[in-house]
Amino acid sequence: MELYLNVLIKSMFLENMALAFFLGMCSFLACSKKVETALGLGVAVVFVQVLTVPMNQLILHHLLAEGALSGLSPAFAKVDLGFLSFILFISTIAAATQVVEMAVERFAPALYATLGVFLPLIAVNCVILAGSLFMQERDYTFGESVVYAFGSGLGWMLAIVAMAAIREKMAYSDVPAGLRGLGITFMTAGLMSMAFMVFSGLQL
Amino acid sequence: MSTSQALIGKRLRQTLVAPIVANNPIGVQVLGICSALAVTTRMDKALVMGVGVILVTAFANLAVSLVRNWTPNNIRIIVQLAVIATLVIMVDQVLKAYLYEISLELSVYIGLIITNCIVMGRAEGYAMQNPPLASFLDGIGNGLGYAIVLLLVAFVREFSGAGKVFGFTVLPLRNEGGWYEPNGLMLLAPSALFILALLVWLLRTLKPEGQEKD
Repeated sequence: MELYLNVLIKSMFLENMALAFFLGMCSFLACSKKVETALGLGVAVVFVQVLTVPMNQLILHHLLAEGALSGLSPAFAKVDLGFLSFILFISTIAAATQVVEMAVERFAPALYATLGVFLPLIAVNCVILAGSLFMQERDYTFGESVVYAFGSGLGWMLAIVAMAAIREKMAYSDVPAGLRGLGITFMTAGLMSMAFMVFSGLQL
Repeated sequence: MSTSQALIGKRLRQTLVAPIVANNPIGVQVLGICSALAVTTRMDKALVMGVGVILVTAFANLAVSLVRNWTPNNIRIIVQLAVIATLVIMVDQVLKAYLYEISLELSVYIGLIITNCIVMGRAEGYAMQNPPLASFLDGIGNGLGYAIVLLLVAFVREFSGAGKVFGFTVLPLRNEGGWYEPNGLMLLAPSALFILALLVWLLRTLKPEGQEKD
């Protein structure tokens, strides 16, 4: 239990996808003008993340890892398909987002109206692929990968919602012409990232 | 004949040169920042990442452009992703074989070239409509524009954060008997965002037409 809690806290705050690893920056900058939009995208990211990371964990351990195919034939005992992980991960993600989009549209039209535009975008969101790649690099078990997916997605959502809230307030401030929009958003993200560094060293 | 050839030559050169400064993918089009910042603590890491992106963008553009007339429109994203992912796997394998140390430090960021918006954006936005050679040059140009920004940010961070350039000591550090007190913040995550913000500010002051209204 403690291990899972540690993974959760670590992935949410210490290793915040947006503010410590700069992942998902494109949508982090583009979709953080309004809190409502940011929240929608955030929820969609958590959703797809929790779906794809554990799925990729299973693929990795039952298809790609060394010896995973030995059940088929003893000749495959030494086969290590680990190098194929990139292409399989991205296919899983693309397929999963497609399926999720169709399912949400069919069964929850209200949710689709809010998330709809973001779901296809998520297929190429770095946070999602990075979740699977970190899972591979750190060799998470299935349980850990579920917790990690949830934590990292939630951490990213936290960051983008906070950013959107700040930007809504910033509409009233007088920003130098060249810094308006992108520049000041980078500055804000930098300050937020600094604030998140407070969590470093936190160990449960 | 000769003038038209010169024109084509000029257009191709424009394709190659424009994204490096005037239409820089990071500074002006705001693409591909995702993986851009985390690899900029040292110049060698930034250089390897930059070269990786140049190669992937150029060859992905070339391949996508070659098959553009036979790609059904509704599966084009999958086709592009497959091409890009294959190229990234190749880059990753080569790095693991010849530059193992750096490949460990770049960790997931090499894999993340797949979702780098520059690669996808150029394949979708340029290579799908243009002939192979122009697409190839466009890929090199955009990759170069990306690599230059990475190297610039990495230079500032490594120089002021560790007193080094490409790992060679330029400013002797105080704790090693020199005089320079390194700015530790420069090696941490927030500084990359500040440097990029200043860079964007500079670019937009020089080119006011890029300024945003809000």
